[in-house]
Amino acid sequence: MSLKLEHTKGEPMSTHKITTQTVNFKVFRFNANEDYLPYYEDYKMEVTSEEVVLDVLNRIKWDHDGSFSYRRSCRHGICGTCAIKVNGRATLACKERMHDMTELFGEELTIEPLSTKRAVKDLIIDKGDFWEKHDAIHPYLISDVQEHPEHEHIVTPDEAEQLLEADLCIQCGACHYACPVVEVNDDFFGPAAFAKAYRFEADVRDDATDERLQELHQEKQGLWDCVKCFECAEACPKDVNPIDKITKLHQMLFQRGVATSNVATRHAVAFKKSIARFGVLDEGGMVLYSEGPAIVKHLPLAIKMFAKGKIVPPWGITKSDNLDEIQKLIKSSSTAKF
Amino acid sequence: MKKLKYALFTGCTAKQSTPEQMMSTLAVAEKLGIELVELTEASCCGASHLQDYDDFLSLVLNARNIAYAEKHDLTMVTICNTCQLNTAMTKHRLDNNAELKARVNEKLDEVGLEYKGTSNITHFLYAIIDDIGLDKVKEMVVTPLSQFNIAPFYGCHNIRPSELQNETHKTPENPYNPRSLDDLIIACGGATVDYEEKNKCCGFHVELQAPHTSAVLAGKAVAGAMDGNADWIVTPCPLCHLKLDTQTNHLSDAIGREVALPVLHMQQMLGLALGCTHEQLGFKHHIEKVNFV
Repeated sequence: MSLKLEHTKGEPMSTHKITTQTVNFKVFRFNANEDYLPYYEDYKMEVTSEEVVLDVLNRIKWDHDGSFSYRRSCRHGICGTCAIKVNGRATLACKERMHDMTELFGEELTIEPLSTKRAVKDLIIDKGDFWEKHDAIHPYLISDVQEHPEHEHIVTPDEAEQLLEADLCIQCGACHYACPVVEVNDDFFGPAAFAKAYRFEADVRDDATDERLQELHQEKQGLWDCVKCFECAEACPKDVNPIDKITKLHQMLFQRGVATSNVATRHAVAFKKSIARFGVLDEGGMVLYSEGPAIVKHLPLAIKMFAKGKIVPPWGITKSDNLDEIQKLIKSSSTAKF
Repeated sequence: MKKLKYALFTGCTAKQSTPEQMMSTLAVAEKLGIELVELTEASCCGASHLQDYDDFLSLVLNARNIAYAEKHDLTMVTICNTCQLNTAMTKHRLDNNAELKARVNEKLDEVGLEYKGTSNITHFLYAIIDDIGLDKVKEMVVTPLSQFNIAPFYGCHNIRPSELQNETHKTPENPYNPRSLDDLIIACGGATVDYEEKNKCCGFHVELQAPHTSAVLAGKAVAGAMDGNADWIVTPCPLCHLKLDTQTNHLSDAIGREVALPVLHMQQMLGLALGCTHEQLGFKHHIEKVNFV
């Protein structure tokens, strides 16, 4: 789901013209052992259409400042080591071409680590929280394997398809550090851990799916705290589309009967109830159904909104025309129970 | 020029918690010479919460809404980012999966409807930019907003996922450096405020289950706009509007700093510039007083 760019595909190398442009880089610098505050170093460089972002990082280190630090390894977009941010956009440095960056942002580029508050040295961050969350969702098959199995555990192509893109994750952390909830709530698992959890939840060989799901939807750290901003889908260099996997985990909670009644699950179900009754939402009724007695905490706001003509009582709601169609479709098309 | 005509999917909030958005949409459409046919049969889009509970049902209900726009043979215009996302997502999935489309149509057939995939779905902001054009808007401005610093707040579901969103309008949008709302502010004669949170999340969708997260995100957005010297914020999404406008006391508590700014709907800003009256634009329905008109 990441932003697609036009590439010069299919041109033989001999006719492919190498172009050059001047780019002003603002590069994040910080040494946690020495510096009180981070600062930005300016570099003006000629870059060619052949170069990727990593080439520029290398040139800064090799030609300008040997102390400049960043992580790199495979150079082929598979190890997930070199993820950074360019103008706020998560970028796998070895994969993205410089010219695509200037096409998106112009010729002033800011190079930063994935998370400035976790910077250790320049673009190198402490990814400890990422790995902690990754470990916490039990990212492996949990299965009672017999020592002397009598037959193979066959996974059909259709069953393997269920993993979708979740298996493509290279654990670069791009989505995790693009997630606004991770920034606010230290307990939140984050999109990478959820996508990884989905990968095992969708695996027919896994025996612990219900237990894992139960852990995933605990309040505060769990699935229901996702704000649905799609930053993770946008950031992923491998098109894993983590928010799609989060949505599928939500659906699994209901399909497998693991969902327990809390404000978030009731809120999701309240949509169906309200649509069945009015076609549209009964906004006040939705909050009441979701919160239960806890609705009292919303009373001061409700009074303010009512005074401004922002609350319509159930009897004042304009129902959808042809409501009978909607009701009939809800009867015939519902697939989930709670 | 041929009169522009769209099928209007109002969404739920425009009829309830943001009546000013409905009022200003109609007032601005009239000024711009746009005819809007309201899809009064439409149901709620599910707001991505019904999608968490029952994916197939949400597809069927959204396909039904689109089918009504198709009956009019019109482009569907949305005025809520989340309606835009869920409706466009439904269209994308049905148009790219014949088997799923057939399953959905099997259900719609029970009520005598069919999803064909013939109507486009676009947000009002992009309909204005694509079909009227910012130059034309600029020509039509009667009250330039030249005395205001205006902070654009885009809202997630109009710019992400960019691959899907960019299918729905002609003007390409970079979610990391969006331009549409900035350009509209400039066309209205205002000065835009550039701030870090302008393309970030307002937290609306977790207001009930994660109130602290929600309030911090919204609080940071208002704070960012204030630090950029904004006189007010403008947004194309009524859900962002609710989050930023209605509970600044919670936002202030969450981030430990007093934050509050008037928040205008995109239609209200445009309405001001095009000479709509303050009554038409419904400023009396705001919680944070619109103190400059």
